[in-house]
Amino acid sequence: MSNLEQEKLLLDGLALNDRQAIETIYRDNYAVVQAFVLNNSGNADEARDLFQEAMIVLYEKAVSGSFELHSQLKTYLYSVCRRLWLKRLQQMNRYAGQVEMLEDTVPVEEEMEMHEKRNNDFVLMENAMAKIGEPCKSLLDAYYIQHKNMQEIAADFGYTNADNAKTQKYKCLMRLKKLFFAQYKNGL
Amino acid sequence: MMDEILLLEAVERYLKGEMTPQEKAFFEDLRKNNPEMDQLVVEHSFLYNELDRHSGIKAFKHSLYEVENKLAEEGLISKPQLTGKAKVVYLWKKYKRNIAVAASIAGLVSLFTTALVVSYNNKVGNNNITELIGEIKKTNTKVDKILDNAHNNTSTRPIPAAEFRATGFLVDGNGYIVTNAHVVNRMRNIYVQSNKGIYSAVAVHTDPAADLAILKITDTSFKSISTLPYSIRKNNSDLGEQIFTLGYPRNEIVYGEGYLSAKSGNDGDSTAYQLSVSANPGNSGGPVLNKNGEVIGIITSKNATADGVVYAAKSKNIFKLIDELKKSDTASSNIKIPSSSALRGLERTQQVKKMEDYVFMVLGN
Repeated sequence: MSNLEQEKLLLDGLALNDRQAIETIYRDNYAVVQAFVLNNSGNADEARDLFQEAMIVLYEKAVSGSFELHSQLKTYLYSVCRRLWLKRLQQMNRYAGQVEMLEDTVPVEEEMEMHEKRNNDFVLMENAMAKIGEPCKSLLDAYYIQHKNMQEIAADFGYTNADNAKTQKYKCLMRLKKLFFAQYKNGL
Repeated sequence: MMDEILLLEAVERYLKGEMTPQEKAFFEDLRKNNPEMDQLVVEHSFLYNELDRHSGIKAFKHSLYEVENKLAEEGLISKPQLTGKAKVVYLWKKYKRNIAVAASIAGLVSLFTTALVVSYNNKVGNNNITELIGEIKKTNTKVDKILDNAHNNTSTRPIPAAEFRATGFLVDGNGYIVTNAHVVNRMRNIYVQSNKGIYSAVAVHTDPAADLAILKITDTSFKSISTLPYSIRKNNSDLGEQIFTLGYPRNEIVYGEGYLSAKSGNDGDSTAYQLSVSANPGNSGGPVLNKNGEVIGIITSKNATADGVVYAAKSKNIFKLIDELKKSDTASSNIKIPSSSALRGLERTQQVKKMEDYVFMVLGN
């Protein structure tokens, strides 16, 4: 199998949240990214965080389905990490002149913008979820995040039947919607 | 409102692509002719997609943590270490004197406070409390042996001859268990046992002041658990709150019920509660939960002279302990203390049933 096909497979696996794919990508790329962070006024913990964030960028790309890799996966990932790290250094006022480059990079500005927006939305949703309170949070979590069905949810939460759970879910969702969109409008 | 619920369901089915072609055509027609309806669909699909994406990323992050843990154990992802950076060396040289002075002062202060704490603890220890770690007596050993033999049939592992028994419970699905410091202090080899099996464990952190310890299950046969049903409460609980406990005062899990009777422990110890509940040797390290299934404390000891006066470390201490552990050991940096309880609103019997698997008997010699 060619390199390109292999990387395509990895990305497909990533979109499906496949551990094996994640692990392979870690094995192939982590060392370079860690070396980069350590060489540029960061520590091992920060390297871990950074790599995680880059993996999420990659995951979002993979899920969107429209992603075509124009460079090697390695180069792409390294470029994303580099960009994210520069930003973080700047935020922490730790920017120490020239940042060392160990590998080739490709421009990833567009991705970064997209990622920032998505990250922002993710935080908004987390906040909204945190604000709706119990049992709404657990209820919506069970339905929309753990993808349980209404019968299971009714049993778990002690509702007499699935219809009652549905009514409750509806109320909760309306509350979430209100909170989420209120924040969303403020945020824009 | 019933209509709205049905409508919402329709929108969700439409978005998930679960509609039959006719239904879909009808629905799309409705959308076209009714701008209000269209607006609703747009709004809801946005929210729905956000939720969907949200759940995807959460699941993905979880996988990332697991892969990271695995690789960290293999040593591929390094634990933090000092990197010999020119800048650090420079700063070190520049501030060596100050650091030395500060360090020696800090050293003296910490020595002094340790001495204080030790003398205070001794006083408390000599006082009138009994730690609730259970010594497995000869009469019980026979029972133990029967149990151990039962295990022998299914696995080839050597069976631990346990001398002490206590309780512990998971705070993180990857095998982190909270119990008492006085429990692990008496044990050289630690095993934990639940309905699912018996696993070896090591103490990764102890805090003698709060009498708490964190164990990590080291057995590879332990399957990590993605979500724990109970949560750990960060805030203090109220006087008079109804509580229940689970623990192993005998070879079987035992349920207890009571109430929170004082906001401080023995001798005004503000890191603990006083409870009115029955507890016996072996209950040490057991979780104390409120009616919502939030862990509010960890049983530590009882008053030796008064009946039913039991002390429990406040759950707040767990957060402190985990923070300290994370600082000292990056392999633990992924510990996530459960913050939402799935036990809320359930009948007590169901709450207990859901928890049982996560409350362990801590055995050791």
